[in-house]
Amino acid sequence: MEPILKGRGLVKRYGRVTALDHCDFDLMPGEILAVIGDNGAGKSSLIKAVSGAVVPDEGTVTLEGKDVRFTSPIEAREAGIETVYQTLAMSPALSIADNMFMGREIRKPGWRGKYLRQLDRAAMEKMARDKLSELGLMTIQNINQAVETLSGGQRQGVAVARAAAFGSKVIILDEPTAALGVKESRKVLELIQDVKSRGIPIILISHNMPHVFEVADRIHVHRLGKRLCVIDPKDYTMSDAVAFMTGAKEAPRAA
Amino acid sequence: MPQSDNYETVVGSANSEIASFETHEKGFIGKFHHALHTTPALVPLIVLLAAIVVFGLALGSRFFSPFALTLILQQVQIVGIVAAAQSLVILTAGIDLSVGAIAVISSVVMGQFTFRYGLPPSVAVVCGLAFGTAIGALNGWLIARMKLPPFIVTLGMWQIVLAANFLYSQNETIRSQEIAEQAPLLQLMGAKFNIGGAVFTFGVVFMVLLVLILAYVLKHTAWGRHVYAVGDDPEAAELSGVNVKMTLISVYALAGLICAFAGWALIGRIGSVSPTSGQLLNIESITAVVIGGISLFGGRGSILGTFFGALIVGVFTLGLRLAGADAQWTFLLIGVLIIAAVAVDQWIRKVAA
Repeated sequence: MEPILKGRGLVKRYGRVTALDHCDFDLMPGEILAVIGDNGAGKSSLIKAVSGAVVPDEGTVTLEGKDVRFTSPIEAREAGIETVYQTLAMSPALSIADNMFMGREIRKPGWRGKYLRQLDRAAMEKMARDKLSELGLMTIQNINQAVETLSGGQRQGVAVARAAAFGSKVIILDEPTAALGVKESRKVLELIQDVKSRGIPIILISHNMPHVFEVADRIHVHRLGKRLCVIDPKDYTMSDAVAFMTGAKEAPRAA
Repeated sequence: MPQSDNYETVVGSANSEIASFETHEKGFIGKFHHALHTTPALVPLIVLLAAIVVFGLALGSRFFSPFALTLILQQVQIVGIVAAAQSLVILTAGIDLSVGAIAVISSVVMGQFTFRYGLPPSVAVVCGLAFGTAIGALNGWLIARMKLPPFIVTLGMWQIVLAANFLYSQNETIRSQEIAEQAPLLQLMGAKFNIGGAVFTFGVVFMVLLVLILAYVLKHTAWGRHVYAVGDDPEAAELSGVNVKMTLISVYALAGLICAFAGWALIGRIGSVSPTSGQLLNIESITAVVIGGISLFGGRGSILGTFFGALIVGVFTLGLRLAGADAQWTFLLIGVLIIAAVAVDQWIRKVAA
C-alpha cells in the first residue's frame, strides 16, 4: 500500500542545531500513526515540515503520490492537511466562531457577500456550535465569547474541533490531550476514533503512553532527529516504547 | 492489568448533563466591567458625553449650539482622518509615526503637480493619493518582509518623507487665492454647507463616512477579522491560516491612502498647500487612538473609540478656549486622559470579567 503522506530524507537545521537529520516518514491511508520521542528529538520539527509551518532544507514530502512543497500552513491546509498545534494557534481576543473560521470565513450569499464581502455570522456560529456539540464541549455557554475566557481544556477542544471540521486528507494533532482533564481527553480520543472511522488518517504526537497505545495503529519512534523505528503497539509494551525512544534499549531492526 | 489502569472507563457512566452554574450577581461594577470588555468604545463615549454635558452646563449656548458643536467636527477632521489610519496600524500591534508626514507630502504632491507641471487637478489629486499609498505600502513591506520593528521603520520614514517634502517643495507655500482661482478641486474637502446653523464641510462628512466604513470592514469582513488576529498574536494567526504579511502590508498601504486623503482635507482646511503644516499629526493621532481605548499592544479596541477620542480632544480644546482658560490646561488635561485611558485599558484586560 502506498503511503498517503510520505517524507523522505528531511533535513532541517536551525543555525548549528540539527532538528531533523535525513528523516523518513510514512502515513498510511486510514491509520492512526502516533509519533513519540523524547523532548528535543525533533517531533515538532517533523510535524512542522510536513504541515508547511517550516520549509525543510532538504528532502521531499509526497501527498497522495504527488510531490508537494508547502511554504506556509495555508498551502498545507488547502491541500487538506489540518494541524492542531501545541500552542493551539488561536487569537485570544477573538470569539470561538471567529477562531474556528479564521482564514476560511463564510461570506453571506448574494450581493452582500459578493460586493460588501459581509461575513455570514449566523452560518459560522451555527456550524461552530454543531462541531463543539459533536465533541461534547457543551460546557461552552456562548459561542461568541472570547477564547481567552475559556479554560485550557476548552481551548484545546475548540482547536481539535476546528481541525476535525475542516481536515479532509490528514489531521495532525500535536499533544491534543496534554492540557485536558480525564473526561475531556476521553472525548478527544473518541473523536480521534470517529475521525478515523470516516477514513481520514491521523498523526498523533503524544507523551501519554496509555493514550498512544490505545488508539495508534502504528507508532513512529523518533530519536535524535530521525525515525528510529516503527512498531506495532500490539507487539510491544509501553516500557519497550519508552526504552526505544530514550535509547535504553536497542531498536528492532525490521520496521 | 491492575484496576487503576482502567480509571477512564468510569467516565462513561458519569453525569452527562451540562454543567450549569447559578449566575452569581456581579454587582454594578462587575456588569460595567463586562460591558466594557465586550464594547471597548464605551469608555470614550461616556467621557465624550460627560465632557459635552459639563461644558454645555458651564458655558451654556456659547458651547451648546449647532455652530460650536460642528466647529469641533471641523477642527478635528484632519486628526480624525489620520487617527483612523493610525487605528488600523495600532490594531496590528504596530505604530505609524509617519502619518503626518505622508499627509503633508501628499498635499504637496497634489499642489505641485497642479501648479508646477500643469496637470489637471483631478489627476494631481489621484497622484497624491497614489503617492501616499505607495509610502504606506513601503512601510508595510519593510515591516512585514524585512521584519523591522514598526516604530523604527516609521520613525525613519517620518524623517525621510518630511525632508523629501521640504526638498521637493523648496519650502514654498502655494497660496490660497491661487488655488481657489486655478484649481478649486484641491480645496473641495473644505467646501461648506449649512444645515440649520450647523456647518459641515466635505472633509467632516468624509471623516464620518470613513469611520463608519472602517467600523463595518473591521467587524464584518474577513480582512477586518484578520487585522485583529494579526495584532492579537501574529504567530497564531499565521498558523491558523491568515496571510500575515499581506495583511500587514495592506494595512500600512491603506493607512497611507487614508493619510493622503487627510492631506487633501488639509488643503481644504487651511486653504493653501504648505509643506510646514501638519507637524503634530502623528502625536495627535496617537493621542486620539489611545484616548479612544485601542490597546497599543494590538488586537483590541474599535475604530469608533478612536473617533470619540478625537472628539474628546476637540471638545476639551474648544470648551477650555471658550471658557478663557490658558491653552496649556488643554494639554495638561489631555495628558491626564491619556494615562487614565491606558489605566482603564489594563483594567478591562483583566479576563475575569
